Amino acid sequence: MSLLPGVLAGETRAIARLLTRAEAGAAEAREALDAAYAAAGRAHVVGITGVPGSGKSTLVAKLVADIRRTGRRVAVVAVDPSSPYSGGAILGDRIRMAEVAGDPGVFVRSMATRGALGGLAHGTLEAVDVLDAAGFEVVLIETVGVGQDEVDVARAAHTTVVVSAPGLGDDIQAIKAGILEIADVHVVSKCDRPESDRAIADLRNMLALDLATSRRPLWRVPVLPVASLRDEGIGALREAIDRHREALDAEGGLLARRREIARRRLVKAGEDILRERFSREGEERIAALLQDLVERRASPRAAARALLDELAEGGTR
Amino acid sequence: MDPSADRIRVLVAKVGLDGHDRGVKIVARTLRDAGMDVIYTGLHRTPEEVVEAAVQEDVDVLGVSILSGAHMTVFPRILDALRARQAEDIVVVGGGVIPDDEAAALKRLGVRELMLQDTPPEAIVAMIRRVVAERGAR
Repeated sequence: MSLLPGVLAGETRAIARLLTRAEAGAAEAREALDAAYAAAGRAHVVGITGVPGSGKSTLVAKLVADIRRTGRRVAVVAVDPSSPYSGGAILGDRIRMAEVAGDPGVFVRSMATRGALGGLAHGTLEAVDVLDAAGFEVVLIETVGVGQDEVDVARAAHTTVVVSAPGLGDDIQAIKAGILEIADVHVVSKCDRPESDRAIADLRNMLALDLATSRRPLWRVPVLPVASLRDEGIGALREAIDRHREALDAEGGLLARRREIARRRLVKAGEDILRERFSREGEERIAALLQDLVERRASPRAAARALLDELAEGGTR
Repeated sequence: MDPSADRIRVLVAKVGLDGHDRGVKIVARTLRDAGMDVIYTGLHRTPEEVVEAAVQEDVDVLGVSILSGAHMTVFPRILDALRARQAEDIVVVGGGVIPDDEAAALKRLGVRELMLQDTPPEAIVAMIRRVVAERGAR
């Protein structure tokens, strides 16, 4: 059964089923996912990331409701962690979505990381393709709660929002490399708390230091206070996200970002194919090469190169 | 962890005016520890909202916990909503405090299994695996 016509027509069941296959990396879904990629490219893909407990889910629920008021259809891919022990997961992002539950213009899909690093799940980017092809005008990716180094979302989204909660660090935390650098928009959540002024000031100071070396002359990264539970600052955040998209368009940055996303996905897909072939076809050879490695007659790199050459001779696919 | 393993997806839900969620949280945790992906939708949802979530999440099983006594209203509405979405392949199971005769009536309506109080956690895991296996691939 081909799911793609149903996906393109926006049918919930077809979309949901193809998302399941994307998540499982199912071979029989390859063609449909390739076609979904071809049909995608219109949605504004927005990443929402931040440390655990920073308020991402609550913020996303409010943001979805606000975007809906502009008439656009919104999809959310919400990633939660899998247990490293059982492999199972509790996906709880829908708990905060009561306000938009039952709205036919909203599609929410929960995904478990299943051991993936970097803040996204296996198949998250293909899930975004499917939702984009299904006609959702905005696709939000909510990452797992991240540390300082899980920045994959910035390589998948047109606009990246980094959510910081007040009281979690001093200004040294703010000048560290990594997660804070990837923001197109900064949000300080829970800004009804007294420590939030300090967090806002720290982020603004960090960004002021950055201006001298900024590669983005037309876009100043805003630092926005938000109190999701009081509905404060949500409209301003939505406007900033929309303005960022317009700025990308004006700078010609959207094309550049699309090329960058495409480049990373190409490399990632290549890694996935190689890894799969390595484990599927190379297992016997790997076992044979191990002794050379243990006795240090070959380096890991040299052995891997030899193995790759052998696999390449075995033909493509 | 094999990302491509065919993982059982379960949505667990509380419906209507029923704030007792300790049981559903224990069930969610038990199923997670058995390696399943468990989506929890939180308190006070309508049957239609729960069904829409189950369809979007493409779950294998929809589990509803009811301790409010409204089971004879809630389960038929859930089954109707699934039929309206042509999503009868999503297996409906339930748990809570339900009298025997009403449990039998609900099963005749299409609720696949009902696990009442004092059910050991392993029995819930085994039941979910069994109903998914009996449904077969889709």
